Amino acid sequence: METLYLLIPISVVLVFLIALAFWWSLRSGQFDDMEGPAYRILMDDDRSSPAAKPGDDRPGVPPADLRDS
Amino acid sequence: MSETQSTYNYKVVRQFAIMTVIWGIVGMLVGVIIAAQLVWPELNLGFLHFGRLRPLHTNAVIFAFGGCALFATSYYVVQRTCHTRLFSDGLAAFTFWGWQLVIVLAAVTLPLGMTSGKEYAELEWPIDILITLVWVAYAVVFFGTIAKRKVSHIYVANWFYGGFILAVALLHVVNSAEIPVTLTKSYSAYAGVQDAMVQWWYGHNAVGFFLTAGFLGMMYYFVPKQAERPVYSYRLSVVHFWALIFTYMWAGPHHLHYTALPDWTQSVGMLFSLILLAPSWGGMINGVMTLSGAWHKLRDDPILKFLITSLSFYGMSTFEGPMMAIKTVNALSHYTDWTVGHVHSGALGWVAMISIGSIYYLLPRLFGKSEMFSVRLITVHFWVATIGVVLYIASMWISGVMQGLMWRAVNADGTLTYSFVESVKASYPFWAIRFLGGVLFLTGMLVMAYNMFKTIAGGRSVDDARVLVPAAHHA
Repeated sequence: METLYLLIPISVVLVFLIALAFWWSLRSGQFDDMEGPAYRILMDDDRSSPAAKPGDDRPGVPPADLRDS
Repeated sequence: MSETQSTYNYKVVRQFAIMTVIWGIVGMLVGVIIAAQLVWPELNLGFLHFGRLRPLHTNAVIFAFGGCALFATSYYVVQRTCHTRLFSDGLAAFTFWGWQLVIVLAAVTLPLGMTSGKEYAELEWPIDILITLVWVAYAVVFFGTIAKRKVSHIYVANWFYGGFILAVALLHVVNSAEIPVTLTKSYSAYAGVQDAMVQWWYGHNAVGFFLTAGFLGMMYYFVPKQAERPVYSYRLSVVHFWALIFTYMWAGPHHLHYTALPDWTQSVGMLFSLILLAPSWGGMINGVMTLSGAWHKLRDDPILKFLITSLSFYGMSTFEGPMMAIKTVNALSHYTDWTVGHVHSGALGWVAMISIGSIYYLLPRLFGKSEMFSVRLITVHFWVATIGVVLYIASMWISGVMQGLMWRAVNADGTLTYSFVESVKASYPFWAIRFLGGVLFLTGMLVMAYNMFKTIAGGRSVDDARVLVPAAHHA
């Protein structure tokens, strides 16, 4: 099973790299707010302009129902 | 320059979205053909027999259909959630044309019998090199876009997409290590059980990262967007990601139960497969519960039906998978149609349905329409596809368990009760039902293509969707 000499080191190195990524994301404040990001994607209005309500057809303007949230 | 920087790159998303539907039809058509070949063996004509077409089917549905869906949605999601245009339009275009070239080369070489013989990695070495180039470009575009994001937080969907891109790069490079003999033939750098272990380390992680992590990225963006509700628990989604990433890599040996692989390695694989049930179900519940308080939306929104049904199939197949990884269960299920049914419960129920739902979400937005040409046809597609999947997996469960029981049945004197060909004969009715299920699912895709072209015909290409100023704080 010499292949394990390849796959186990790869897995161990990988776990360290993942741990490093996790440590970075923790330290850089990625997880400081665990509520806001879920709402923020909803505020990004990606409907194409014909879908917007009258008066709101300028691109980049969120529809009224989302603007006040 | 400033003009292009203030808009999103929708062109490459549009290209990949359209090709998702086209390749979906091609790949599933080949699947229906090989299902028919099992029922009517006389359909194995010349070199277009089951053995040559089966790898074409798997490559087309996984890498052409699934791959294009992942490219399209990841490019869309990373731009919208990072509030910035793709890192490089040129490289993004290269990933599109390069990926299409890979698919066309696969469609030519596999029926001609040019294969490295490794399941889901059959393509020969020149194509492997092309895949590597395209994938590096994909990683540069994706992570480049993350690097120039206008918001500090990286949305959880991007973590899943990013993990999928990096893991697939690693898997492809390690498993495709091979020694070329001629332009069209190479031999694996590994041999015997070593080769088998590397192959299934690749094979199962391809399921885990290509067919799961990537599509979970899709789920965490499109389910909340279509439901117009935030994901049930954002915290759980982050835990889901890290738990999945830390535990997935060692599940592969469950593909090699009762083989020459050392027993302890098989047990490690079984153990990690069982552990995986926890993050998988956490994610599934998180996705479904996003609808809590808004279940009525499921009644008349067929796109949401697709997305939520896909999560149900995700939950089903991630329960079934760990069970089948238990050695005693595997002794019955391995090499039977049960495995084929399990794979399709994941591939049709989860991967295809979440992709179809996401593409239906994207198409009107990419072509300047408020909705698809016909919402009614989406509903038709949903029911036809769901009935197709149910017929497919139910018939495979029955024939799989039947085959397993017939193969292991022994008489009092120790001889086998049934010959192999008797189990083949007994499988015919179920293969016919499977064929019918496949035809239904393919029909759904044709309905989708019609709906798509009608939507495109009446629309305009949205090339100038302006980059929105990120919302500063949540409510």
